[in-house]
Amino acid sequence: MLDLLIPLLLIGVSVFALARRQDVYSALLEGGLGGLKLLASIAPALVVLLTAVHMLRASGAIELLTRLLAPVSRLAGIPAETLPLVLLRPFSGSAALAVGADLMTVYGVDSLIGRTAAVMLGSTETTFYTISVYFGAAGIKKTRYAIPAALIADLTGFVAASLTARLF
Amino acid sequence: MMGYIWVGMLVLSVCAALAEGRLGVLTGAAMEGASSAVALCLSLAGALCLWSAFAKVMEKAGLTEKLGRLMQPLFRRLFPQASRDPVALGCLTGNVSANLLGLGNAATPMGIAAVRRMKALSGGAEASDEMCLLIVMNTASIQLLPTTVAAVRASLGAQGPFDILPAVWLTSILSVAAGIAAAKLLRRVTRRA
Repeated sequence: MLDLLIPLLLIGVSVFALARRQDVYSALLEGGLGGLKLLASIAPALVVLLTAVHMLRASGAIELLTRLLAPVSRLAGIPAETLPLVLLRPFSGSAALAVGADLMTVYGVDSLIGRTAAVMLGSTETTFYTISVYFGAAGIKKTRYAIPAALIADLTGFVAASLTARLF
Repeated sequence: MMGYIWVGMLVLSVCAALAEGRLGVLTGAAMEGASSAVALCLSLAGALCLWSAFAKVMEKAGLTEKLGRLMQPLFRRLFPQASRDPVALGCLTGNVSANLLGLGNAATPMGIAAVRRMKALSGGAEASDEMCLLIVMNTASIQLLPTTVAAVRASLGAQGPFDILPAVWLTSILSVAAGIAAAKLLRRVTRRA
């Protein structure tokens, strides 16, 4: 079922677009170029942040932090190894991606830690960035309870990711 | 903001290296980290291009509008005030359906337009209850196909890059539900105060 999902989706959407008389091929090329631009825009951030993440890892800071925060994370049911990801995620998408890629490399991409990191990345957003973009552009000064509500959603996502990564 | 995070990470690693007597490995780790980022980018490039290409086809095929129309009944319940205004309703459903499809470039302008329109309707520089609800729906990721993460997984040799999908879906549903519930609860609490 899951094996067929992506190929069928690719075919289905392309056929649908053809049926609506769209130039599918040029749309693919245009979008692909956009993908390269997206990559170019995140590449410098990934270089800078993965440098920092590797230094944190080699210095033993990540281990130290993990051991220090282990009691807190155990309380929430979140693996302590993923805490650096949890802490960075609301602030920076590329930092979270850098830490997540590091976790997947260190512990193995199909390990529990690696899968938990992937589910966390896939089901949460860069909360503070999103709030500042949306409210900033619209000129909303008082955000009222938007931030606490969004952070509750994030925390639920992290706890749930720790469970669902084990489940499926 | 990111400047502080960056400096914080470096200071933390130097301090930890001092305490653990690992100062000798720091420079090597920095260089290795930088080059691993380029390796990651290169192995991500193909999948990222493919998904961006596919996203463009979805956009051109008008899937965002179709999905948006399907969701209108739900939005009338979630956003009773804004959905009375056709423009606001269009922006809202456009924003959420673009988010579902993972079309970040299309979602953000529509989300901003939705907040602007809601502000014009309500007046004042304070976030309305419905704006807070929209923010929660945007900060809890509802993307159906987490393509960037799948690309990273594929680049690291995962057996099935997308086999995290059921877990991601369930997690997203739980976190959006918690966010909406929290928004509704905080709405009641802040009104009483």
